[in-house]
Amino acid sequence: MADPFLSIQHVRKSFGATTVVEDFNLDVERGEFVSFLGPSGCGKTTVLRMVAGFEEPSAGTIVVSGKDITRLKPNQRNVGMVFQAYALFPNLTVAQNIGFGLKVAGMPRADIDARVAEMLGIIKLPQMADRYPYQLSGGQQQRIALARAIAPKPKLLLLDEPLSALDAKVRVSLREEIRSIQKKLGITTIFVTHDQEEALSISDRIAVMYGGKAEQVGTPFEIYNRPATKFVANFVGTLNVLEGTVTDAAAGTVRVNSEQVSLKGKLNGSKSGDTLSLALRPEAISLGRQPGRDSSLSGEISEVHFLGSVIRVRVGIGGNTVSLDTFNSPATPPPAVGEKAEISFSSSDMLVLH
Amino acid sequence: MKSGKFWAWLVFALGAAYFFIPLIATVEFSMRMRRGEYSFDAYKVVLGDARFQATFGYSVLAAVFTIILGVLIVVPAAYWIRLRLPQLRPIVEFITLLPLVIPAIVIVFGYIRMYGSNSPLPFLATDTGTNALLVIGYATLALPYMYRAVDTGLRTIDVRTLTEAAQILGAGWGTIITRVILPNVLIAVLSGAFLTFAIVIGEFTMASLLNRPAFGPYLQNIGANRAYEPAALAIIAFAITWGCMSLIQILSRFAPKSANRPN
Repeated sequence: MADPFLSIQHVRKSFGATTVVEDFNLDVERGEFVSFLGPSGCGKTTVLRMVAGFEEPSAGTIVVSGKDITRLKPNQRNVGMVFQAYALFPNLTVAQNIGFGLKVAGMPRADIDARVAEMLGIIKLPQMADRYPYQLSGGQQQRIALARAIAPKPKLLLLDEPLSALDAKVRVSLREEIRSIQKKLGITTIFVTHDQEEALSISDRIAVMYGGKAEQVGTPFEIYNRPATKFVANFVGTLNVLEGTVTDAAAGTVRVNSEQVSLKGKLNGSKSGDTLSLALRPEAISLGRQPGRDSSLSGEISEVHFLGSVIRVRVGIGGNTVSLDTFNSPATPPPAVGEKAEISFSSSDMLVLH
Repeated sequence: MKSGKFWAWLVFALGAAYFFIPLIATVEFSMRMRRGEYSFDAYKVVLGDARFQATFGYSVLAAVFTIILGVLIVVPAAYWIRLRLPQLRPIVEFITLLPLVIPAIVIVFGYIRMYGSNSPLPFLATDTGTNALLVIGYATLALPYMYRAVDTGLRTIDVRTLTEAAQILGAGWGTIITRVILPNVLIAVLSGAFLTFAIVIGEFTMASLLNRPAFGPYLQNIGANRAYEPAALAIIAFAITWGCMSLIQILSRFAPKSANRPN
């Protein structure tokens, strides 16, 4: 395999006695879009700032395109960055903002003008060249910030929660635009977010971070469907967690409430009598027995929420509560609270959280 | 509600009377030089006086150098404190307030002892040296105003993010200060500059004790020996100060509008 384009190896960052990033490792291929996903304080922005050069790692190395940039100043790295707070220069017009990096690099005026026009075309704001930042909406400002970041053709694009200050509708359209521009230009991108939907929808790979470490690095499909740790399973998506007891470790059977579920091949290291946390995504559960589902549990409907196209049902199973969504069907009335109900699922969809 | 408005207007009227009556009286007195009729004779005498022109010119030049020195010291210092040393802010604010607490006469006697002709740094041995010392002293006197004006300007922009945005685009410190920070706090710097100008134009203690031909000692000298001219000079000095304040107000309308903070 060829060397990775960006390689972050054994990076650690401490502020005084507090370690915010611990032994962080990640390789990113050229043109890849990788998201750092995690809750506030997990160290994702600190890693990004170390790649940008705003923070110096306490240990470890950062290599871009074969060159060690760990100790280089931010202005020597040829990295583009988009900030959460836009950070457009208020005294400069849109065109001057986009051309700032090019002017600093000493590019001739005519070339700057041409590149600025090209960038304005890419972000679909060609008529905004002479406006000042305060005359633009938040979404427009962030698109200008993106154009400014990519105008000098950086090796790497860093996006530090660029959508979190925008309203929901603009966030969705802008994230799609960012992804499409990134694909078009083929620029290697690191995207920091605490919004799982954002990360899942636009990333090639996601690094889920917790406590200064990468808990799991994988494609959105892997992260969602095969979470490696309890934290990843809980943080990404909605999860129903059931307590179960291993009844026969060799046969892979677990008792949930009073019913047996077969989890052959998933109980690695567990002994008979061990208590396990078992997880199921709501979309993996059906109300009633369904063909192709090999496991079922009985309970009682505790809550029903009619949400229009979807009905969210909560079913009490012993001491556990399971949430699932069913599509609304005008011909079938929603289930009633207090009704006995059976839920079914495939045991292969059940996750054992370690 | 109506009685509340009445009292508010009454307080305003009393305040305005307290401010304007002495001013009007001074204007009126300054115009009574010619017996039996109002005239601008006192103003003509003052403005035609060669010493007025010389001392006023000297003080304007001193003010310009003081502003340059103040900007060179205060802008990078206030910027760096906001960016990298925020924990030093209370200490620096205290230091910048000292000129308001320590009388100018104490500072100038300190200068005379420290920089006399027999000292290792004999600033006072030459006219140029004394002029330089006067400008340094003025910059110290204006420090509380200049620092606060610049610091307030820096507070309106996101200094750290703008600095980082410029750095990541390849800019060095010189470019960041001259092309990003200074233009965005220019109005604040100008406010500090006009306040400095107003202070320097009327300053008496330092100029007098360092024996410099400045406008302040001239004002004092005229005031001690003439009748109508001091009133005219007081009005002229007042007009200059108000002119400076008006310029601050006008220029503040042209301040770049901050768009850095998302709602």
